[in-house]
Amino acid sequence: MIDSIEKKILEEIAGLHEIPQGAFSLRKDGESAKVSSTANIEIKPKKDKPGIDVIVKPGTKGESVHVPVVITATGIDDMVYNTFDIGENADVVIVAGCGIHNPGEKKSQHDGIHNFIVRKGARLRYVEKHYGEGKGTGERILNPVTDLIIEEGAYVEMEMVQIRGVDSTKRNTQAKVYKDAHLVITERLLTHGKQFAESNVVVELLGENSTTQLLSRTVAQDNSRQIFYPRVIGKNKCRGHVECDSIIMGDAVVRSIPEIAAHHEDAQLVHEAAIGKIAGEQIIKLMTLGLSASEAEETILQGFLK
Amino acid sequence: MLEVKNVTYTVEDEGGTTEILKNVSLTLEDGKFYVITGPNGGGKSSLAKIIMGIYPVTSGSIIFNGKDITTSDVTERARMGIGFAFQQPPRFKGITVGELLYLSAGESGRGRGCNFLFDVGLCPKSYVDREVNGNLSGGELKRIEIATLMNRKLDIAIFDEPEAGIDLWSFSKLTETFRRMHERSKTTIVIISHQERILEMADEIILVADGQVQKKGNKDIILPGIYRDCNYTKNCLERIETIDR
Ligand SMILES: Nc1ncnc2c1ncn2[C@@H]1O[C@H](COP(=O)(O)OP(=O)(O)OP(=O)(O)O)[C@@H](O)[C@H]1O
Ligand SMILES: [Mg+2]
Repeated sequence: MIDSIEKKILEEIAGLHEIPQGAFSLRKDGESAKVSSTANIEIKPKKDKPGIDVIVKPGTKGESVHVPVVITATGIDDMVYNTFDIGENADVVIVAGCGIHNPGEKKSQHDGIHNFIVRKGARLRYVEKHYGEGKGTGERILNPVTDLIIEEGAYVEMEMVQIRGVDSTKRNTQAKVYKDAHLVITERLLTHGKQFAESNVVVELLGENSTTQLLSRTVAQDNSRQIFYPRVIGKNKCRGHVECDSIIMGDAVVRSIPEIAAHHEDAQLVHEAAIGKIAGEQIIKLMTLGLSASEAEETILQGFLK
Repeated sequence: MLEVKNVTYTVEDEGGTTEILKNVSLTLEDGKFYVITGPNGGGKSSLAKIIMGIYPVTSGSIIFNGKDITTSDVTERARMGIGFAFQQPPRFKGITVGELLYLSAGESGRGRGCNFLFDVGLCPKSYVDREVNGNLSGGELKRIEIATLMNRKLDIAIFDEPEAGIDLWSFSKLTETFRRMHERSKTTIVIISHQERILEMADEIILVADGQVQKKGNKDIILPGIYRDCNYTKNCLERIETIDR
């Protein structure tokens, strides 16, 4: 049975309308609430600490795993360790995500520590949405740590989205990318009010012909603050591209500090970073199509964060 | 009918005030095809932006279908049926051509808009899902801009140099589209242009230079003497020998 708050959060973070078929793990208010495995994907609770091991059999194709985390109470401080082992040549989608509904005055926090090993030739798409709501004054905090090992020829696409609602987030992501492997990380973020968001990414390109792309599109409104620190370190013949693009509004503060470091003659690394407000002419153009100034602004932001 | 009455537009800069438009009066009648021409920097785009409400008048008034719209903003004027296609259209990250067309005409926009893409020489299938971002070429962007205007139901449609940067083949298509638009709809068409082939399509030509309407009338009267009579491009009398750094 899931209640209405839980239902709403599951919809927001994972697009789920019901408990899905297939491999699934739901964590609620600091405890494991439901776990189910399939023939190819095993999910089992860790014995020594809170969290799960998700083991995808080699060659598993076209399956997905949902591992949402829901917090519905105030004063929760949840720390969880999840390990994802993606077998050779598997091709799967993992939908994670965390939603906090904080009805009270105390802070509610979820810190997920995720370890991924993506084995030879595997493909992984990982989608993680952060969402916060609740009338209480208690803070909603999410501090994920993600550690990735991407083996030869593997391909990983990570999509991390947080649009409003989370008061404070500090995200640390680290990846080691081996021969012929690819990693794409896309971040979409909108902060408002007094929210704070920090994202630190370190990608080490260790193997020959390894590549990475780190893209962030963010909007900072009101008095919110954002800091981005994406780093790519090239230690072999490799290619890396870092692109941070932010729209700043109101009294917000955005800091973007991309770093590229080459330790090899054939490392090709590029970074671009831009911060600016919405161009006035974009708003005017949409107004000439009959949109009001605020509708125009909303349309531009929605497109930008898509 | 749209009337521009004694409109002056000045801007403040470090050197003081500059008069961009000087006491301009002009009447645009329903359903007519006007071409505004004149030397670079003469004030054509400024006049169009004053009509659209993008620039505020410094003095004077604008009357549209009998209503004083001098203080109406861009959105209000757009909803009343005034449209403007930019000389240099902006680009949008994350907004597709289809979405822009949809926004321009509301619910039915996407379907209808696609036909207009065709009319400006763009294959709808390959463009609707493309983003209106830096990846579009200048000419593609211009043609999409024109399509967003054609897609709207307008009383008056102003195109600012629609032919600029457009290839020969698309240009023919474009002039044909303007001609059809004029024949089939009651929309007043105003095209700012330097192109003879567009000037020839006009019912009336408006010559704007030095911030003023210098001439306005039937093309058969204005066109023959346009080069001879027009001495509005400012002669430069002083040379600068060195540039101080
Ligand atoms: N904000 C501004 N500050 C100072 N001068 C301006 C400003 N905006 C426009 N102008 C000047 O006003 C004049 C008219 O500009 P406008 O863009 O209307 O000309 P135009 O006739 O459309 O020219 P073109 O044929 O080159 O498009 C120009 O000399 C331009 O430099
Ligand atoms: Mg102009």
